[in-house]
Amino acid sequence: MPKVKLSEYATNTVKEVCASFNNSEGELINVLHQVQQKLGYLPAEVQELVAKELNMSAAKVYGVVTFYSFFTMVPQGENPISICMGTACYVRGAEQVLDEFKRQLKIEVGETTTDGKFSLSALRCVGACGLAPVVMVGEKVHGRVAPTDVRKIISECKDGCLT
Amino acid sequence: MADYKMHILVCGGTGCRASQSDKIVETFKTELEMHGLDDEVKVVATGCFGFCEKGPIVKIIPDNTFYVQAGVVDVKDIVEEHIIKGRPLKRLLYHDPATKSQVTDTAHIDFYKKQVRIALRNCGFINPENIEEYIARDGYAALGSVLEMKPSEATQMVKDSGLRGRGGGGFPTGLKWEITAKEKSDQKYVVCNADEGDPGAFMDRSILEGDPHSVIEAMAICGYCIGAGKGLVYIRAEYPLAINRLKIALNQAREFGLLGNDILGSGFDFDIDIRYGAGAFVCGEETALIHSMEGYRGEPTVKPPFPSVSGYLGKPTNVNNVETFANIPVIFNKGVEWFKSIGTENSRGTKVFALAGKVNNVGLIEVPMGITLREVIFDIGGGIRGGKKFKAVQTGGPSGGCLTEQHLDTPIDYDNLIAVGSMMGSGGMIVMDEDDCMVSIAKFYLEFTLDESCGKCTPCRIGNKRLHEILVKITSGNGIEEDIERLRVLGNVIKETSLCGLGQTSPNPVLSTLDNFYDEYLAHVNDKKCPAGQCKDLVHYEINANACTGCTLCFRNCPVGAISGEKKMPHYIDQSLCIKCGVCFEKCRFKAISIV
Repeated sequence: MPKVKLSEYATNTVKEVCASFNNSEGELINVLHQVQQKLGYLPAEVQELVAKELNMSAAKVYGVVTFYSFFTMVPQGENPISICMGTACYVRGAEQVLDEFKRQLKIEVGETTTDGKFSLSALRCVGACGLAPVVMVGEKVHGRVAPTDVRKIISECKDGCLT
Repeated sequence: MADYKMHILVCGGTGCRASQSDKIVETFKTELEMHGLDDEVKVVATGCFGFCEKGPIVKIIPDNTFYVQAGVVDVKDIVEEHIIKGRPLKRLLYHDPATKSQVTDTAHIDFYKKQVRIALRNCGFINPENIEEYIARDGYAALGSVLEMKPSEATQMVKDSGLRGRGGGGFPTGLKWEITAKEKSDQKYVVCNADEGDPGAFMDRSILEGDPHSVIEAMAICGYCIGAGKGLVYIRAEYPLAINRLKIALNQAREFGLLGNDILGSGFDFDIDIRYGAGAFVCGEETALIHSMEGYRGEPTVKPPFPSVSGYLGKPTNVNNVETFANIPVIFNKGVEWFKSIGTENSRGTKVFALAGKVNNVGLIEVPMGITLREVIFDIGGGIRGGKKFKAVQTGGPSGGCLTEQHLDTPIDYDNLIAVGSMMGSGGMIVMDEDDCMVSIAKFYLEFTLDESCGKCTPCRIGNKRLHEILVKITSGNGIEEDIERLRVLGNVIKETSLCGLGQTSPNPVLSTLDNFYDEYLAHVNDKKCPAGQCKDLVHYEINANACTGCTLCFRNCPVGAISGEKKMPHYIDQSLCIKCGVCFEKCRFKAISIV
């Protein structure tokens, strides 16, 4: 990953969050949650700074970030698309829907399109099993999605971006 | 619910909110105001009604009218027809597929008839964001009576009730409390495990969203019994709505003096904090959960020592799951004998299941232990979708197994499910029909385990990877007969040698499908065929020229342009372009496309 220099805003944000948890090592997960919420993702440089602030090794921070699926080291697209791959959605055809998104966006799960507009992820059970298969674009839930609906969902997002 | 003449209950669970139920609530409020009825009719966003298939749900009280699949556009009509004129709005009533008649209230809907609601008693009845509604339904009465007992007496009641852990293991709850109570320490902890990880189970979230106070009350009772002053709820960060409602509930409980110092003048101090999970299935395991709460990677450690002896920050810690806690207040309010009268000899009470997959009525259900799978799937679930044939039901999530037709009459309880090669688990219940390939299902669960294995012990980290590789080989048509035996041997080694519950149960989906669907494995390996027609590498789609009418529907829907043909002439699939997405097969109205 190319080295990025943290903006002053990012640096201050990390420091503030760490301070709000008394720079305590035991609060690492809570710190990471808040930092990711504010900065969108947790690149290596942010992790190093968190480690320094909490007085622990960067390896430990990295270990935690990579352990939990909620934390991400790459920025999400403007339209983060998540396909529910819980069992209920799977048996109602979520895999075909996911394949169709991959095909149309030309990216794999965990990647972001080069224009930064879309990212694709698979998540485990949204809890809307009655609407299976479910696709989430940001906070918006699309239910009973068929592979043929994929094009429409993508173009809706594109329209949204323009306005 | 005293001053209002009528209540409109709108489901505010995640499933219905995904269908804009929050907007329905807002629209009701404006519509009622417009008619000057906002003083007489109250709109309440409740927890999950359970009947997710037919969401969004709207229920009118006191006449108990139950509207299904209501939309924002229907609000005006409900207010004008039902609220003002007193006539039920027929088009939104539940349509009983068996009798072909309309049903107005839940008591006559098959989905609800066989259910017994203990843990979900308040979900869909009260506003979860208002503590007074919980109190009005006997809320915090159990805490009040427990605080007048000796801790050991109250623990004995939980023990006598026969309540077992609803998170999956089925360990007797009262015994766990007793062990933790016996430990001597300056500080002890009560932990609520709300890290629901089974992909396809959402009961814990529904309870926290629909009735957070029952969990808070139970945690305080547990704290009193074991001598803990501090409670922690470990909840998935992916559950924003549940977290928000829990926070509101905690603040209200503090305001009412039901948490904090000297609760109800008893001298007992107890408060609850929230800790966030970050998406790791293994954190459902007690020791892993505790490490995660301490800020580390959620890796399990060898037991003993059990958390009851040395848990969070090295102190005695009692970990119970959300549904287990939700049962506790009822045991004290209605009595041990009442609770014991429900269920079977060794599994008392009820169990909540997330019924999903290929059934007609997907939803959250609570049934007495001892009910049969047939009753759940065919009576409550309304049978298989689209008139297809039942093939299997998967219980216990990634740790459980697939059961078949021959197990349908097995009464559901902890021990019976284990005896037939599955387990209770947290309560996911996924129904499959003839179109589901059981080898693919086993592969699907293995993919999940691979993702979620923490990597600490070798059998789970590497063994599951090898298992998965063999399954990929079989589903892609490259398997040999020896592979099937390898699955069995390797699966058993992983079961016997893994460190924690995740690894010890991860081969179950493979082993149970091997036991119950051996022929299907053989067909993949020997004939290179997928009988269910799901494994892409083993099937292709063909158009039957005699049946094809040339309607062009498949041609227009094919995402890759692999179908060609003139209008009103038989069409043709170019196999080199086909991506086997199955769209043409689903769209064809003349059954002209077949999977070969």
